[in-house]
Amino acid sequence: MKVAVQVTCINDAMFPDTGKAVFTLLRRLGVEADFPAAQTCCAQPMVNTGYLDEAVPVVRNFVDAFAGYDAIVTPSGSCAGSVRHQHSIVARRSGDDRLAATVAETSPKVYELTEFLVDVLGVTDVGAYFPHRVTYHPTCHSLRMLGVGDRPLRLLREVRGLDLVELPAADECCGFGGTFAVKNAETSTAMGADKARHVLDTGAEVLVAGDNSCLLHIGGLLSRQRTGVRVMHLAEVLAGTESS
Amino acid sequence: MSATFVGMPAFPAAAREALSDTQLRRNLAHATGTIRAKRAAVVGEVDEWEELRLAGAAIKDNTLRHLDEHLLRLEESLTDRGATVHWARDAAEACEIVASIAKQHAVDEVVKVKSMATQEIGLNEALAAQGITAWETDLAELIVQLGDDLPSHILVPAIHRNRAEIREIFRDKMAAAGRPAPDDLSDRPAELAGAARLHLREKFLRARMAVSGANFAVAETGTLVVVESEGNGRMCLTLPEVVVSVVGIEKIVPTWSDLDVFLQLLPRSSTGERMNPYTSTWSGATEGQEAHVVLLDNGRTRALADEVGRQALRCIRCSACLNVCPVYERTGGHAYGSVYPGPIGAILNPLLRGTGVDDQVDSLPYASSLCGACFEACPVRIDIPEVLVHLRSKVVDAHRSAPKAEAVAMKSASWVLADSKRLGLAERGLGLAGRLLGRFGRKVMPGGRRALGRLPWPGSLWSNARDVPAPPVESFRAWWRREGRR
Ligand code: SF4
Repeated sequence: MKVAVQVTCINDAMFPDTGKAVFTLLRRLGVEADFPAAQTCCAQPMVNTGYLDEAVPVVRNFVDAFAGYDAIVTPSGSCAGSVRHQHSIVARRSGDDRLAATVAETSPKVYELTEFLVDVLGVTDVGAYFPHRVTYHPTCHSLRMLGVGDRPLRLLREVRGLDLVELPAADECCGFGGTFAVKNAETSTAMGADKARHVLDTGAEVLVAGDNSCLLHIGGLLSRQRTGVRVMHLAEVLAGTESS
Repeated sequence: MSATFVGMPAFPAAAREALSDTQLRRNLAHATGTIRAKRAAVVGEVDEWEELRLAGAAIKDNTLRHLDEHLLRLEESLTDRGATVHWARDAAEACEIVASIAKQHAVDEVVKVKSMATQEIGLNEALAAQGITAWETDLAELIVQLGDDLPSHILVPAIHRNRAEIREIFRDKMAAAGRPAPDDLSDRPAELAGAARLHLREKFLRARMAVSGANFAVAETGTLVVVESEGNGRMCLTLPEVVVSVVGIEKIVPTWSDLDVFLQLLPRSSTGERMNPYTSTWSGATEGQEAHVVLLDNGRTRALADEVGRQALRCIRCSACLNVCPVYERTGGHAYGSVYPGPIGAILNPLLRGTGVDDQVDSLPYASSLCGACFEACPVRIDIPEVLVHLRSKVVDAHRSAPKAEAVAMKSASWVLADSKRLGLAERGLGLAGRLLGRFGRKVMPGGRRALGRLPWPGSLWSNARDVPAPPVESFRAWWRREGRR
């Protein structure tokens, strides 16, 4: 099986450690994955803000970059959701039938990381070690657009040393929402403040999620308030071992 | 009544005020939290809930596909049963029809029940301009009317008020509107309801004309259906000599048996009850009574013409999407500037009124974090996030001739992101800028990463409340290349 990793633009530019963690993890599980260097972004920022024309060249680049792979793994529920649900809309808008056909071929091959681990590789114990009190925030898109269900929790429960505590109102949106975070900055912050309060209520040292964009938002609030709680991508937790 | 949605600011500005209203935030969080839990419990009891949702969506979609035929059928059945059918293209026409009926009967006051459509067209104000007073008889609507306030929820228009506030309103305002509130009125719900009952009973007994809405209109039998909790519908529909019903043309269902599905979906989704207390149905005119039905378009055919957006016309106004919406929970309904607030309001208003003409309306598709909770809750499976994104694209397209800063930013982002070499260069710039900016921000975030300082606009929109980690010195892409992976 030819496997590619879609690192995502935000991870590439802001959170390279998440991308590195995905490769470490996959390699440990015996998967030699590629990073197709032509990749950039899934075009979600444009699509969700209403700029469909501007999304067309980005989607085109996406399908070209990932052509020929059997599986495309991404450490982002949001980007996986965007590819699966929005690329066809963008392709239709472009009026380019060839693009529509390529999109229809590529989209179903995209897996969010936990889907790939649990469904394709069939593992929940990835041999990780992380001796901290952790709480987990299921991001909206992985929860509702993808329906990853309890896969992330099943993976976390197998991590040695990890003390997993339940997050109150876990399924409520953190308020990030892409450009919503700046277009409706105050509402976004109010939502995030409630999320941060729930995180603090758990007494966790680390908040884990499968989307760095949501963590950028919640983590930014937790840091501004000097709570001392840090945020971490699930891939980084799963990549850690006793020897690392 | 002087309160009006006309001239409301765009959503972000309207929300700002609501966000700082402590009482409002508390009232809303409490009310939506309670109803959310009730709904989840009774929906959980129904094993075939998903099939019911699919059935509800399918019935509505099929009906909308042949809306013209069903409407003609409805008109025929209604006329056969002695009702007079009127067609209204817009708000002004509809209001004029109702006012002229009132004048024919020489009435100067009407009682109202279940009438979102009449609020949509501003009927009370239009009647007042012609010297006719309209009294709301639904408890929550009465509270809004007496308080000179605006509705903030589809089902519970006074959801933003608590008991203490309602007591104040009753004590201050009831006397001027009819029977005064008792002197020793407390804020116990039973006493408040009792005061409203006595106040309203006088109105019911006196009124010669009633105005209603309808939850459903059955084409085959010409039956209008009103679903409610207080029994005021019965009073309004049976006592007066004239009943005028203002009904949106999307309320139609073809047959009586189609109702079955909706009478299961609606109460569980809206009030979290297995069954609603009162379901009133009436077909045409009863003896000694005159019945009029105003079939209202007011933008509905415009919505119908929108391929993606037309699913919004399936809406049965249950308000489940409002109650689960994290944005609505914090901003309340007034921020949406319409009688249709919350997620459904964010799509219905632009669909009915059109995009690209009004800043307030254009701001609504952006009043969502696209979390998807609304779609999950909607009993007729309206994919609200999908319609929101679609409407955003219509807003953007409507403004393409005069691009804003945002459009320029999106164009350049698109250019950079269409080619990995350009992105690689941009990231190198970001790394440099990060190193520079990082010097100014001395703060270290939990986990050890350095934070940037406060950013200038538009970055300030982010950094006013949230720390921003400094960009890494090396992007993933650069690391991959340096490692020689390829
Ligand atoms: S959109 Fe759906 S959930 Fe919202 S009010 Fe309408 S029917 Fe109810």
